[in-house]
Amino acid sequence: MRQDTRIKPQTGKSQTVDPPPLADTTAGGILLRGVGHSYGELRTLDFLDLAVDAHGVVGLVGPSGCGKSTLLELICGLREQSSGTIEVGGHAAAAERLARCAFMPQRDLLLPWYSAIDNAALALRNQGIRRGQARAAAAELFDRFGLGGFEDSRPTELSGGMRQRVAFLRTLVAGKPVLALDEPFAALDAITRAEMQEWLAAALRTDPRTVVLVTHDVEEALYLCDRVAVLSARPARIVAELSVPMRRAEDRDEAVTDAGFVAAREEALHALREGSR
Amino acid sequence: MRRVLLPAALLAALIGLWQIAASTGAIAEALSLEDFLVPSPAEIAQSLWENRSLLAENAWVTLREMVFGILSAVVVGIGFAVAMHRWRVVRDASYPLIVASQTIPIVVISPILVVWFGYGLPPKVFIIALVCFFPITVAALDGLRSVDPEAVKMMRSLDASRWQRFWRVEAPTALPHLFTGIKIAVVIAPIGAVFAEWAGSSAGLGHLIQSDTANFDVARQFATVAVLSAMALILMGLATLAERRVIRWR
Repeated sequence: MRQDTRIKPQTGKSQTVDPPPLADTTAGGILLRGVGHSYGELRTLDFLDLAVDAHGVVGLVGPSGCGKSTLLELICGLREQSSGTIEVGGHAAAAERLARCAFMPQRDLLLPWYSAIDNAALALRNQGIRRGQARAAAAELFDRFGLGGFEDSRPTELSGGMRQRVAFLRTLVAGKPVLALDEPFAALDAITRAEMQEWLAAALRTDPRTVVLVTHDVEEALYLCDRVAVLSARPARIVAELSVPMRRAEDRDEAVTDAGFVAAREEALHALREGSR
Repeated sequence: MRRVLLPAALLAALIGLWQIAASTGAIAEALSLEDFLVPSPAEIAQSLWENRSLLAENAWVTLREMVFGILSAVVVGIGFAVAMHRWRVVRDASYPLIVASQTIPIVVISPILVVWFGYGLPPKVFIIALVCFFPITVAALDGLRSVDPEAVKMMRSLDASRWQRFWRVEAPTALPHLFTGIKIAVVIAPIGAVFAEWAGSSAGLGHLIQSDTANFDVARQFATVAVLSAMALILMGLATLAERRVIRWR
């Protein structure tokens, strides 16, 4: 479907052409079975099992350096596991996984030589879509996600929160079924981080995707995810899996003070402390 | 303004000191030399004016050599850097040889090149390119290698091909480094040009300096060096200007 719109020959002004639809509806479930990984002698992951349904949002929390980011890169097909199988949308080959996952690194890594909108449209440009059409597709999201008017700003002219939004849109615009987010808000101050969490929750309500969110912030994971997997210290294994009481509530402040949420947070923190030992 | 005024003031002070030391004969006396061998800045300026058309003719010859030499070095340097970055085997095979090429004394290789290619432009361009391509290659390669590995992962995940990664991330990252290399090259190009002309030439500022050495025309030698330095400064200015035009995101 998306393929067809992409290769349609373009005539006249590209701005007037409808941008390609962004959401890819192909099933994007994730399945990990007995996944292990080591850097040489150093074992980072230990026989990990994890299943995420299509459009499910799963959080990975764990102590620093436990291999959360490695796990994310494995799912995305940016690395090969040492043992076990990883399937994304039913495909196990690394190249197939790479084709189905969009990776958002810890730092926003907006390219300073491109404007905000050109950064957001990067994936479409890489997919061979002409600049005008790619920008039009990204512009639609800029309006929808509160970035209207900043299309032609340089990344250096944007605030930290806005940069992170552009980086997220860049990931979303790729049109892939799976979003792999590596501590997306870790570099932001507390207030901006809370705002961004609400913003991301809203974005996922309007444009649902399968999401793997790596974070060290238990509250963030419980607010944004359907399910949270707590990882142990290296070599990482899953020590607890928590189902989340309220999913991506519109009012974040209300959600995080809810009794069920507080109980889940304590449970997660307890598991985290146990697993760090 | 400060960046123009300060060096200008320092230069004026140095020239003033030299003027006093030379015109009173203090330097000549200290070195036990004839007065005409130690020209004062005023005498050099006079020589510069009197020989203006001769200097301009020879400056044009040397400028052409330098521009062609630097441009060849930029092309070859970028080519080498990209190939060494793209293919590990190229880097491992050629890097030691490229370093070794810089240990060849140009005073030795210049006469050989003159024997092979004659008194014209080609041996000069070759020698200038030989001394200039090294800083350009090393700087460009460093630039290409300084790319954030996380940015590469991000691009791979956003469906970028190898060349898209190069054009959209690696090349822009390397550009500031490349310009640093070019600026170093511009400064050492006159040295290469002078050596190349000394090995065998019929014109050029290096040629002029050589014949003035034989004639003990020290004033005109200094005048020639001043012209050579001015040319290097102008080329440096052009490189800086190009850098600002190309790298607009800083």
